[in-house]
Amino acid sequence: MSTNSSPIRVLIAKAGLDGHDRGAKVVARALRDAGMEVIYTGLHQTPEMIVRSAIQEDVHCIGLSILSGAHMTLFPEIINLLKQEKSSDITVFGGGIIPKDDIAKLEKLGVKKVFLPGASTTEIVEWIRGNISLPS
Amino acid sequence: MSADSKSKKYIEWRERRYNTQKERLAKFTSISFREQPPLVTAEDRSGFDADGQLGFPGEFPFTRGVQPTMYRGRLWTMRQFAGFGSPEDTNRRFKYLLEHGQTGLSTAFDMPSLMGYDPDSPRSKGEVGREGVSVATLDDMDRLFAGIDQSKVTTSMTINCSATAAMAMYFALAKKRGLGFEQLGGTIQNDMFKEFIAQKEWISPPAPSVKLACDIIEFCANEAPKFNPISISGYHIREAGATAVQELAFTLADGIGYVEHCLARGMAIDSFAPRLSFFFDVHNDFFEEIAKFRAARRIWARLMRDRFGAKHENSMKLRTHAQTAGVSLTAQQPLNNVARVALQALAGVLGGVQSLHTNSMDETLSLPTEEAAKVALRTQQIIAEETGVVNVVDPLGGSYYLEQLTDQIEAEAMVYIGKIDALGGMLHAVEVGFPQKEIAEAAYQFQLQVDSREKKIVGVNAYQDEQEQPIPILHVDFEGELRQIEKLKAFKAARNPGDWKKACAAIRERCQQNQNVMPALIDGVAAGVTLGEISDIYREVFGVYTDPGLV
Repeated sequence: MSTNSSPIRVLIAKAGLDGHDRGAKVVARALRDAGMEVIYTGLHQTPEMIVRSAIQEDVHCIGLSILSGAHMTLFPEIINLLKQEKSSDITVFGGGIIPKDDIAKLEKLGVKKVFLPGASTTEIVEWIRGNISLPS
Repeated sequence: MSADSKSKKYIEWRERRYNTQKERLAKFTSISFREQPPLVTAEDRSGFDADGQLGFPGEFPFTRGVQPTMYRGRLWTMRQFAGFGSPEDTNRRFKYLLEHGQTGLSTAFDMPSLMGYDPDSPRSKGEVGREGVSVATLDDMDRLFAGIDQSKVTTSMTINCSATAAMAMYFALAKKRGLGFEQLGGTIQNDMFKEFIAQKEWISPPAPSVKLACDIIEFCANEAPKFNPISISGYHIREAGATAVQELAFTLADGIGYVEHCLARGMAIDSFAPRLSFFFDVHNDFFEEIAKFRAARRIWARLMRDRFGAKHENSMKLRTHAQTAGVSLTAQQPLNNVARVALQALAGVLGGVQSLHTNSMDETLSLPTEEAAKVALRTQQIIAEETGVVNVVDPLGGSYYLEQLTDQIEAEAMVYIGKIDALGGMLHAVEVGFPQKEIAEAAYQFQLQVDSREKKIVGVNAYQDEQEQPIPILHVDFEGELRQIEKLKAFKAARNPGDWKKACAAIRERCQQNQNVMPALIDGVAAGVTLGEISDIYREVFGVYTDPGLV
């Protein structure tokens, strides 16, 4: 569990070509208001750019927002790149327009949690706090 | 009017009747945070200048509608946005919609096309044909409109930073089929301001992007007078979280930005203004939305006449497409979305729109299935044929509440437009991120209201179901991407390298010399230049824009 002394560091990332950043920005701001350190990548990032930022910024988790239908391509690439970089300790979660059938597949691939439209920011904050263990 | 200036009768009603009852909530607000009065009466509206503020339908300031007969003369165009997979897939959906009584086409392009990448670009991986149709070449455009007569069906194309390429392909296709550009009717979105504000599909920085958009406006004014060269769009601004007033104000300020750019080129206002078209969201708050459309027409008419000196009446008419609010739809209990869409569509019709897209119930899950798209279309047909709201022009005109709301929205929008003018116009406002920040703030405030349940969303934070019945959803096949790449390879192999090279050079030269790119593009796509290659020339000449990523 997290402690007050060391804030959780989160990379909120927009992968792919779509410009739907309303959700990503709202979540980024809510996590920041909840006391986390949030880095937002901006739009149109490649999996390589996201993994590089995550490692450079030394984050505990990556929250990936995808509304373009490319989730079955982009999530696995990020998970694989993290493996290659020996950074699989970085938790990957996400949200967007993602059909339920795909969620089980993504979780099998190593995505820890997928939030659907309608998830509250409180739910996301609590999930992160409950699932990110910080080194003491 | 303040409480102390109310009549004795009103004060008595308030004290003896209203105040003896309890209200359910401490505050009644619209979805845009507007506090609502319990009642609006004749005395609140005393001094209302009906002639000046409303006029008659089809007359200045067009508050009551741009046509004198409105839907008694002609129903709005039922234009369902469609596109997925290959051009052949979308062509089938187009024909299906036309067979079921749809009256105009509307093309959704995939993300690579919208960002100026061909299917074979590494940036396109996983996105070809996913969120719309993949169109990279003139051949693709030909397959998309196979068996569809471009001179008979009006087509809308939702594409922006690469709009010049798509427009050139549409024109080149018409030419190939022996049609004149003057025979073509339709609309291309081509609104780059709102890309930087909200939708965020771009290639180059704002200034050259707006220049390219105005190239289409100029070209169409001269060559394709029936084609709407731009659809100045509030839709994406609203979906990104703007309030109704912000949507209205930023959209009209975008319109002002394009008008000023075209005037600076030396174009005469009445030569292009009649073909400027608009596109607004229709959100949940019923009366606020109706008032927004009415205020939009009044503001635009006055701006065009008084600020820009338009003489032609058609220059002053704000003609608009509308779409129900995708963002209001829920993944939970998706069948409820049919009800939301119906109410929003009704608001659009009561607001006097010229064309309408109704969203499908399954859009929060995936692209719409054929069945869901049909229910959405049928919803419009029910409004048109069964509800009777089309029988009278502007049936809500004169309502104390609605007219007050229309006046308030107009006044508040004018304050925002004044702020943008003070910033030096929309181009600069966008460059410094003014509208972007306002929208992000409103989006966050709304989310807080939903999280605290101050605003309730049925099925999401109220009336939830434990067990949900899944609905069928559309799966776009993954193989489609590879097939599009193969087709592109074959297309590139078949073109004449000399012609292609010459065409690319001509496009580059037009860009470098700040000339209208359209003629070179129409020739270029016919010589095999692809959408991605045109965009690459823009990247090279105009530079690349990247998201400042502000939170």
